[in-house]
Amino acid sequence: MDFWYWLVGLLPFEWAVPGGMYFMKNALLAVLVISPLFGLLSTMVVQSRMSFFSDALGHSAFTGMAIGAIVGFIDPMWCAVLFAILFALLFTLVRRRTNMASDTVIGVFSSTAVALGIFLATLGGKSFTKFNNLLIGDILSVEPAKIALLAMILLVVAVLWVCSFNGLMLSAVHPALADSRGVKVFWQEAVFSAAIAVVVTVSMTWVGLLVINSLLVLPAAAARNLARNQRQYHLFSVLGAVAAGVAGLMTSYYVGTSAGASITLYLALFFAVTFLFRRKRQ
Amino acid sequence: MRKPKHDSKAPGCSGACCLRVEDMGVDIGGADILQHVNFHLHCGRIVALIGPNGAGKSSLFKAILGQIPHTGTIDFQRAGGKRTRPLIGYVPQSPAFDRGDPVSVFDFFSAAVSDWPVFLPTPKKLRARVADCLERVHGGDLIDKRMGALSGGELQRVLMALALEPLPHILILDEPLSGVDIDGERQLLDMLDEICSQYDLSILLSTHDFATLEEYADQVILLKNTVLRVGAPAEVLACDEFKEVFHLDLKRGVG
Repeated sequence: MDFWYWLVGLLPFEWAVPGGMYFMKNALLAVLVISPLFGLLSTMVVQSRMSFFSDALGHSAFTGMAIGAIVGFIDPMWCAVLFAILFALLFTLVRRRTNMASDTVIGVFSSTAVALGIFLATLGGKSFTKFNNLLIGDILSVEPAKIALLAMILLVVAVLWVCSFNGLMLSAVHPALADSRGVKVFWQEAVFSAAIAVVVTVSMTWVGLLVINSLLVLPAAAARNLARNQRQYHLFSVLGAVAAGVAGLMTSYYVGTSAGASITLYLALFFAVTFLFRRKRQ
Repeated sequence: MRKPKHDSKAPGCSGACCLRVEDMGVDIGGADILQHVNFHLHCGRIVALIGPNGAGKSSLFKAILGQIPHTGTIDFQRAGGKRTRPLIGYVPQSPAFDRGDPVSVFDFFSAAVSDWPVFLPTPKKLRARVADCLERVHGGDLIDKRMGALSGGELQRVLMALALEPLPHILILDEPLSGVDIDGERQLLDMLDEICSQYDLSILLSTHDFATLEEYADQVILLKNTVLRVGAPAEVLACDEFKEVFHLDLKRGVG
């Protein structure tokens, strides 16, 4: 971390001077780790039409937190991670086993998870307000240890991407063909949804449940406007996410707004601009 | 490229390599989709599978591909009588590719045939390999097009090129002519002929287009839950079973 603080000290910002404002420096590092992570996952979320699914996952993570709080986990986050993975696997299974449309299955799961979460959180007349910080999120509260955890997740996701992206993409664009070429479509989807579950749950505390889905959808949605192939698609998505992340954090510092919301607005701007310059439909 | 193997005859079979389907049946959810299916498929031949919707054409393909369980035997015999699992190239029914998906033909192809992650910069060798494969179907210029921007015929050719890599013993095409315009159809049929003779493989395809059957098919199988008739195109199209299955009124002419 000292190296990072020294590095940030070279930047010409008032909060960057050595010896103080560590929360801001931590937040910047966290953003630099989280945004490429979301930029990467985003490409596949959009491609396999799962943007609504990641939203539902956020809700389930909240339910997991509520369960964790009741059971008395030291850190409710781990309980939430477990719950979210379970939720993701169950969802993948149900989606494969029925001929219902994906959005219907997601709707069923999402509303069940939210209802269960609120039910458990308010059990015994307790107040719901302690969960409010999960809805908005606070990137400035991130600690170095958690940044290390996020960096590790980024590494794992990057490895997962290198190993299984091809199969994942084939499963998304053409399941029958992927199957005939020996891709385990079900397991690909299961591992991918579990990865989203972990990322969403872990980063929810800092990004906020209400805006986390925009991070999973907007970068790739914007990149899709411009990209002609997968290399451009990933490049635009990751770069866009990082740029919006840094810009959003700066804005939130100087204007005094929620970082998550600011980042999302920059991503929306990114989408609007790319939409205007989108490639011709041929 | 494999050399033609017609010189050595296998025991009990007129062709060199042969897929034998014997007394095969498929049962899905208690319904007999297929029963007592018998036919042989020889290399160097194009066999067309016809039958009404729900006759079990897709189930037959899936059974041969090993994707669904079946009764009876499906057996492949190579030239010289050696029995091995055949390599099967499969061209599924054209799916609807999202027109906006940023998946180029190269992305799609290399994701299927290589382990190199498609989001990383492309090695020259891989690109050359994909270009070679596409050239087999005269589609070298399609490599940088997006999948969603291909015409029906172009998409079929790309899928066919994919099915030919690695070179299979049997090529199965599920309704390759649906969604393809007249020019594309002509091009596809010529290509099938070329592939069949050049690479010495057997081609099995399902179709609803009876008008062109005689031009390219060596053999036609009429299927409705079981094999009703096998023979040359003219013979099958004229038989009573064909008329009955498709409810054709003789007085109004065929078709």
